[in-house]
Amino acid sequence: MTQVIVVTSGKGGVGKTTTSASFATGLALRGFKTIVIDFDVGLRNLDLIMGCERRVVYDLINVIQGEANLHQAMIKDKHCENLFVLPASQTRDKDALTEEGVEKILKDLEHMGFDYVVCDSPAGIERGAVMALTFADEALVVTNPEVSSIRDSDRILGILQSKSRRAKEGRESVKEHLIITRYSAKRVEEGEMLSYKDVQELLRIPLLGVIPESESVLQASNAGSPVIHSKGSEAAEAYADVVGRFLGEEHPMRFVSYEKPGLLKRIFGGA
Amino acid sequence: MSWLEKIFGSTQPKSAQLAKERLTLVIAHQRTDASIGQHDFLPALQKELIDVISKYVKINAEDIKVQLEKKGNYEVLEVNIVMPEGQNK
Repeated sequence: MTQVIVVTSGKGGVGKTTTSASFATGLALRGFKTIVIDFDVGLRNLDLIMGCERRVVYDLINVIQGEANLHQAMIKDKHCENLFVLPASQTRDKDALTEEGVEKILKDLEHMGFDYVVCDSPAGIERGAVMALTFADEALVVTNPEVSSIRDSDRILGILQSKSRRAKEGRESVKEHLIITRYSAKRVEEGEMLSYKDVQELLRIPLLGVIPESESVLQASNAGSPVIHSKGSEAAEAYADVVGRFLGEEHPMRFVSYEKPGLLKRIFGGA
Repeated sequence: MSWLEKIFGSTQPKSAQLAKERLTLVIAHQRTDASIGQHDFLPALQKELIDVISKYVKINAEDIKVQLEKKGNYEVLEVNIVMPEGQNK
């Protein structure tokens, strides 16, 4: 049985594509046959983050419109055995993304034996975002500990509960998970940033993980390699924990506490 | 930040607390809107409106139209009542 997971947020720039890339990679590293699909028609970027931009020939819309078959459009990841990328179209209109077309692709992926399909949603609540979440079994809601991101996440949760197939057909609702990104334990300690507990209390969905603000995220995107591959980086370890928890393992939350410098350090300076 | 603040901590209210208070309100509001968005009270509202108006003017059920429309960030409840000709006194 193929599981469809949407990575969504409402607001842009919070780390959906970064999360999609690392989460899909993490599942593949665990041996699951996984594909990650870019739903941001017109503004594709997942190919860059995955480092396969020079190998894009056909895209999602080509497949939907019958100009290429699914096998031609799927790009096999260079580093991971079980991982594939399906890029979005850069030139077409987002209206080309039809519900029937997406449904057909998901059925075909199921026949091909995929364990997980990760749908990287565009920002906003328009067609592309709705298409990305329509067929979801589970949802990763990516949120920054910041007011506009949290409000938009709450909006997208409402849309999941009304527009997903599961909601419309009255089936068991989409399983929601919260991922908080760009977290700074230091700023939380100083009272300048909402804590992960505050965010969870506001949105009221189970917390899957907290990804600390990390320089390695930008370095990984520069290099076109999902940050989960960056050995020794806190973000990589936090994403590995997220994948483990998603698969039912127990991992304590890491990188969420900050030790205040002692009195002497505060008087005489230092880091 | 003065050296005193560095040692003893600032006495200013924390902005994270402010953010939480504001978000609590905004999200509660958003969730009420979403439940209104289900529109399930509309048929009952329409029926009661017909009953009330029928006390004063003779109208048919079809002469009243009630609908909710979404305009930008808010919803508009629109009630259209067609008055029968020559009956309004």
